[in-house]
Amino acid sequence: MMTDGDLASLWVYLSASPLTGLTVTLLAYSIGYRLYVYANRNPLLNPVVTAIAVLITFLQVTDISYASYFEGAQFVHFLLGPATVALAVPLYQQCAKIKERLLPLVITLVSGAIVGAGSSVGIAWLLGASRETQLSLAPKSVTTPVAMGISEQIGGLPSLTAVLVVATGIIGAVIGTTLFRLMRIEDEAVKGVAMGIAAHGIGTARAFQVNKEMGAFSGLAMALSAFASAVMLPWFLHATGVR
Amino acid sequence: MKFLNGLTLLLIYQLAGEIGVRALQWPIPGPVLGMLLLFLTLLLRKGRVSSVDVASTALLSHLSLLFVPAGVGMMVHFNYLADEWLPIVVALVLGTVVTMMISAAIMQGASQLFSSGLRNDD
Repeated sequence: MMTDGDLASLWVYLSASPLTGLTVTLLAYSIGYRLYVYANRNPLLNPVVTAIAVLITFLQVTDISYASYFEGAQFVHFLLGPATVALAVPLYQQCAKIKERLLPLVITLVSGAIVGAGSSVGIAWLLGASRETQLSLAPKSVTTPVAMGISEQIGGLPSLTAVLVVATGIIGAVIGTTLFRLMRIEDEAVKGVAMGIAAHGIGTARAFQVNKEMGAFSGLAMALSAFASAVMLPWFLHATGVR
Repeated sequence: MKFLNGLTLLLIYQLAGEIGVRALQWPIPGPVLGMLLLFLTLLLRKGRVSSVDVASTALLSHLSLLFVPAGVGMMVHFNYLADEWLPIVVALVLGTVVTMMISAAIMQGASQLFSSGLRNDD
């Protein structure tokens, strides 16, 4: 039998061990994913939303800090880097289709990156958000590791940007298919590009579930808009006087 | 073994990307350059790098999982988000809708413009 003292020391171990953070992250996601599949892949039940809600509740109840949770969760977070590199594969597989539409793609990427940053900064400014919030919002449509880098460079809060990026991705993944239906768009390439520009990796994950072609174009758009934003955003914000 | 080889290769390309952007002082993140380098390799080798296929399919099939730890970071910013919730929520929702609609419209328009241009040449 375990005594109270044993239980307490077990808890001290568990709440500080990276193993806990990593395990609960995967558990929460698999709960979210099951729920999503059970609900016929209803975009409203995006597995990321469920996982985040479950994890925040768990951490609040057990009084574990985000910092000690992240000790374990960082192993998952780290994989964003290799996953970005891995996008080269679907990109290569859809190469022929992409080549056909290279010019429209480039035009859309450049304008989409500016609209993405400009719209969010503009709306936040109109509604009286602080300068720090505006700058943290600017790279919200860019994939996390890139967005955090941009945020730091332009004077936002990188960790706040990471949260806003995830929220943006979820919003995009949830509304995307409905929005395209309302706009009567049937071209998978158009849907994919719009998804990738506006909602980066989370939108791309959703796109892959809809259709492989849409996913490949979304992945391509996400990768290239990350590239375009990293180059253009600091300059764009400077030119428009935001910074 | 294929998965392990593929993952190793992905990490090598990421590392090459990280070193590259620092050496050239490019303002882009390392993994993005790594992706471009891997893409060029696949083009040159005509896609014959099957180990990378396995690892990348595994990673990309649950891409959204990788965003969960950053999303949980929300709990650190609760007070900040509560103070400015209105502009943040409106900018997130409206900004995303606008970005998605304009991008889709431009891509659709530009595709039609250029494909009809080609047809006229015929």
